[in-house]
Amino acid sequence: MSDHTEAILSAVREAGARQCPLYISAGGSKQHIAGRRCDAQILDISAHRGIIDYQPGELVMTARAGTTLVDIVAALAAENQILPFEPPQFDGRATLGGTLACNLSGPARPWYGSVRDTVLGTRLINGKAELLKFGGQVMKNVAGYDVSRLQAGALGTLGIMTEISIRLLPRPESTITLCYEMSAPESVAMMNQRAGQPGPLSGAFWLDGKLYLRISGAASAVKHTADLWGGEQLDHVQDLWAQLRDMSLPFFAGDKPLWRLSLNSSALPTGDPAQTLIDWGGAQRWLRGEFSLPELQRTAQSAGGHATLFCGGDRNSEVRPTPGALAQRLQRRLKYAFDPQGILNPGRLYGWL
Amino acid sequence: MSGTPPHYHQALVERLQHCLPAHCLVQDTESQRVFDCDGLSLYRELPLLVALPETVAQARQVLQLCDELGVPVVARGSGTGLCAGAMPHPEGLLLGLSKLDKIINIDPLARTARVQPGVSNLSISEAAAAHDLYYAPDPSSQIACSIGGNVAENSGGVHCLKYGLTVHNILSLELLTVAGEQLTIGSEGLDSPGYDLLALLTGSEGLLGIVVEVTVRLLPRPEQARVIMAGFDSVAAAGDAVGAVIAAGIIPAGLEMMDRLAIQAAEDFAAAGYPRDAEALLLCEVDGTSEEVAQHSTRVSELFRSLGASSLTVSTSEAQRALLWKGRKSAFPAVGRLSPDYYCMDGTIPRSQVTHVLQEISRLSGEYGLAVANVFHAGDGNLHPLILFDASDQQQIERAEEFGAKILELSVAVGGCITGEHGVGLEKLAQMSSQFSELELLQMEDIKHAFDPQLNLNPGKGIPILKRCQEYRALPNRQQHE
Repeated sequence: MSDHTEAILSAVREAGARQCPLYISAGGSKQHIAGRRCDAQILDISAHRGIIDYQPGELVMTARAGTTLVDIVAALAAENQILPFEPPQFDGRATLGGTLACNLSGPARPWYGSVRDTVLGTRLINGKAELLKFGGQVMKNVAGYDVSRLQAGALGTLGIMTEISIRLLPRPESTITLCYEMSAPESVAMMNQRAGQPGPLSGAFWLDGKLYLRISGAASAVKHTADLWGGEQLDHVQDLWAQLRDMSLPFFAGDKPLWRLSLNSSALPTGDPAQTLIDWGGAQRWLRGEFSLPELQRTAQSAGGHATLFCGGDRNSEVRPTPGALAQRLQRRLKYAFDPQGILNPGRLYGWL
Repeated sequence: MSGTPPHYHQALVERLQHCLPAHCLVQDTESQRVFDCDGLSLYRELPLLVALPETVAQARQVLQLCDELGVPVVARGSGTGLCAGAMPHPEGLLLGLSKLDKIINIDPLARTARVQPGVSNLSISEAAAAHDLYYAPDPSSQIACSIGGNVAENSGGVHCLKYGLTVHNILSLELLTVAGEQLTIGSEGLDSPGYDLLALLTGSEGLLGIVVEVTVRLLPRPEQARVIMAGFDSVAAAGDAVGAVIAAGIIPAGLEMMDRLAIQAAEDFAAAGYPRDAEALLLCEVDGTSEEVAQHSTRVSELFRSLGASSLTVSTSEAQRALLWKGRKSAFPAVGRLSPDYYCMDGTIPRSQVTHVLQEISRLSGEYGLAVANVFHAGDGNLHPLILFDASDQQQIERAEEFGAKILELSVAVGGCITGEHGVGLEKLAQMSSQFSELELLQMEDIKHAFDPQLNLNPGKGIPILKRCQEYRALPNRQQHE
């Protein structure tokens, strides 16, 4: 639980001097997912951990990047607060820094926001071994560019985050899960209709012919909405949502490549329903099987989104679609602005970055 | 405009006449005068030319031409900004986007609206109302302010405690680069591959690109909303009451505080029934299903009473709720009637510091001999002190600006920031160095450079450009700041 900023700074300085790239790692829970394979020398920052400041009354916490989510969630539980973005904890190994770098959020994401939405400020070390602070501990802050949120999904290619401030939420007073038997297309229609009504929805996923809706909030509102919406009320299903969050449902088991489609939430489902899980009220869909990225990308693009090879398959090739020439040029220039020597996680996001 | 016109002036005019109809080009000084400032009228400048494209294709051509000739470009929406971010450049083109004002499409099932940048914030919610949906961020200027400007400033409003800022409520942008190339940023999904340019562009104050289309998320209109208004005998007591609401696990839709001078001015203006004798006023809105609203408004009322509220009113109708908000939303013009001019500050502070900061502001008010009224987004810590002064007195202007700068430095010193929602623009450029180190400013300069290598987009605003290397020294003086 101590501050290793100086050690990380000197590791980056040395890597720069020797032009020897680094692969940033802490809990190691995402080494084989989200990005491409990166063979650079491992920089382990897992010792750089610990909650630095937690002000329940301000709904704000600041923690070192290597702090595990399990530690954070435990501290929050003592104050009856939660991480709004409900991130996967991956057997307790997932850290706050890795979660933001991969922009991973769980079932509550469409309603409570993503980790990107929740971040208020970061301290980070860029590829020039400069320790920089952006944003802060307040919710409204428009001074300068939003460099903190720019780290979300950058997979550590712009900087090594050392500290992160996030916004919190009170734990909902009450939660009920409703279950309905229906097909995938019917479930997408229903998820979107319900999300357009003023009920306290906090989760909506479909798997194996069943739609699950989670409603959370003031006890009176949850009960009233459950009565209004009907369906089968499931008890003791906290584990179901935790397994969905941690991607530990049987659907995610096995070696078949796992694809992620991020789409217009109302897009009609395509593909084999037996190999599909629809989450985020329709906006995030998981697909198992052997596909080609260009093939799935065409499907995703026609539904207003994109496809990613999230886990398994060939991780030496691109795992996300290559953007057009202009977007590529801007991303290369941004990378250069933060890491001119290209020593931070080279190739992790794209082969050309 | 004074001095010699820049060498490109004639070529620019001639070639613009080929890409824009005559009524889209404002050349004469008198007609340009309405564009010489934004909502912060202390800062004024006439542009070389004003272009008001009617199509995205025209906007692209204008940018391509300016890029070719090296002409500075300042984008403008409705001109309601409060940091001189849209103040024209004397040697540049003002690109007004007000004629791009169509709502292109509303998708009620996916809950999104595709709109052009000149569409006003409020008209999105008005158009979505047919589907019982609305666009959540609601700056006080929402009748007039444009969605393009909201993106440029990452605007908030009184409801952002619960529903977030612009950055949380948009899905994608159509962006024109400084060279007039078009790029889609974001998607119809909730995230996109690669760097999060949507986050980077939101709040970038027209320094990185020009937004020509926005897709926003719409939310279901809450079944019900109710305002609890409470007066308190001290700012400290009101501050404690704010903390108690959060500690009770309630996230109000809005939570606003006003001090005595602001209460009295607002009551004179709106006759909303505010308690004139209170030292501090809280307006707390709870929304959701009817059951939730009933449960939370009872709980908030109990908390306010137990923490010493001297008066308490709970709205019982939509009309009453609207009236209670009217006082708050008209607080700026109401305070404006107390004095020839007022200067609105925008620092954000940790909520726990509010009593200390307001005491300091009161002390500084005495020191500078200028009265101040405080309006505070208490839920999210965004403080708007309104400094009263007379702009016909140069000395008072200087005192007001110095007083304002002190407040911003104080905000940073207690762990906050210099601007919560109004932006840096030209106004707060000097205070950027109190919030950021030189290395941090240089990193932001490198980001600017990645998008706009010649520094032609809104030069001299947002990020102070430091003199550091040969390539920058080659730039004209107008784009450099110490």
